[in-house]
Amino acid sequence: MRKKWWKILCILLLLYVVIMGFVGPVPRLAIVNETVRNTYFHVALWLAMTTLLLASMLFSLKYLRDGKPQSDDIASELARSGLFYGILGCLTGSVWANFTWGDPWPNDPKLNGAAVGILMYLAYFLLRGSFDDEQRRARIASVYNIFAFAVFVPLIYILPRLTDSLHPGSGGNSTFASFDLDSQLRMVFYPAVIGWILLGLWLAELRVRLKIIQRAQQDRLLNAPR
Amino acid sequence: MGELKALLWKEITLEWRQRYALSGMLLYMVSTVFVCYLSFALKNNQLTPIVWNTLFWIILLFTAVNAIAKSFSQERYGRLIYYYSLCSPQSIILSKIIYNGLLMVVLSLTGFGFYALVMGNPVGDLGLYLISILLAAVGFASVLTLVAGIASKAENNATLMAVLSFPILLPMLLMTINLSKNALDGLDWDVSMDEIRTLLALDAIVITLSYLLFPYLWRS
Repeated sequence: MRKKWWKILCILLLLYVVIMGFVGPVPRLAIVNETVRNTYFHVALWLAMTTLLLASMLFSLKYLRDGKPQSDDIASELARSGLFYGILGCLTGSVWANFTWGDPWPNDPKLNGAAVGILMYLAYFLLRGSFDDEQRRARIASVYNIFAFAVFVPLIYILPRLTDSLHPGSGGNSTFASFDLDSQLRMVFYPAVIGWILLGLWLAELRVRLKIIQRAQQDRLLNAPR
Repeated sequence: MGELKALLWKEITLEWRQRYALSGMLLYMVSTVFVCYLSFALKNNQLTPIVWNTLFWIILLFTAVNAIAKSFSQERYGRLIYYYSLCSPQSIILSKIIYNGLLMVVLSLTGFGFYALVMGNPVGDLGLYLISILLAAVGFASVLTLVAGIASKAENNATLMAVLSFPILLPMLLMTINLSKNALDGLDWDVSMDEIRTLLALDAIVITLSYLLFPYLWRS
């Protein structure tokens, strides 16, 4: 668990992404213009969020199978960093929408889906907060996490495709792949996705370790000789 | 199978013995409709069809949350342990889902009848509208049954029930509103096939997940 190479990789990738994102060459496009740079942040953050939430769901599943409290810790912290990315994704999207669609929060099914997804995960943390007993909390929160993720995916990826959305790839809009003829964007976009995912894992890992320390301290307090 | 039937029958008898709960829910629905009617101060069909439709589904949503919230909390703790020792969790959740589905169908049909009576009935294609009510009733019932199971384990049940279930119900609600809007305009059935298929898929996902996840919930 305590390997350093992926943290170094994460820093290098994100440095590359930030530098290329602000000063690197990008394709010239109508309407989008320079805001296309936001692809490295907004789109990559959403993909990273989905990955983190998927991982969180898998750890919840693992908890239900093996019952180790650590699996639940990991699941909840992954969900927390996923939620954090979701909020960041909304903010970056807001900036982008302000310049291209002329409104920080246009009435778009994907946006609303994202907002509902955030509500779902806020509800997950509310649910966690309402239990005192640790085992009970872990078990019930895991059940809700799996259930929520199963609804979250259609909400954010399938429903917007059925209705008209301003986002690329739905409602007759072209996808980004057609803008990106010479793969300029792709050269930075894929490293960006990996970098953001690694950063999210790092955030989650730090909090998991904090929880492990807290648990050990509690145990020592309970077992201390009087 | 026999277990399932017995449990389902138990739910129905229990409901029939405490008829005040059932009539309470019906009255809740009717008075909400009436409050809406009076608040909009309708003269002659001033409500546009879209508002008419949305209002109906929101009333139905709140009725559903209230009606199903009690499906685990109405029985005493001791009795739940008794069931635990008697039957498998799968048949318990299925019986509850079926029962709540039936309850929702009855409630929403009655509600629809009364709503159409006081607020006017602009529906173009009644058959399709009834299908959307049916699909929504099944979907709401299955989501809310599992969420009620989750919420009944925690304190401050009522708030948690709403907070947990609304975001999960939303995709379903949006699809149903789309579908019933098509029915309202009397569009061809081919147009709505997408929505019907998505709703059926969502219902299937939710029911399967409840079936798989409930045993873990039940054990705690």
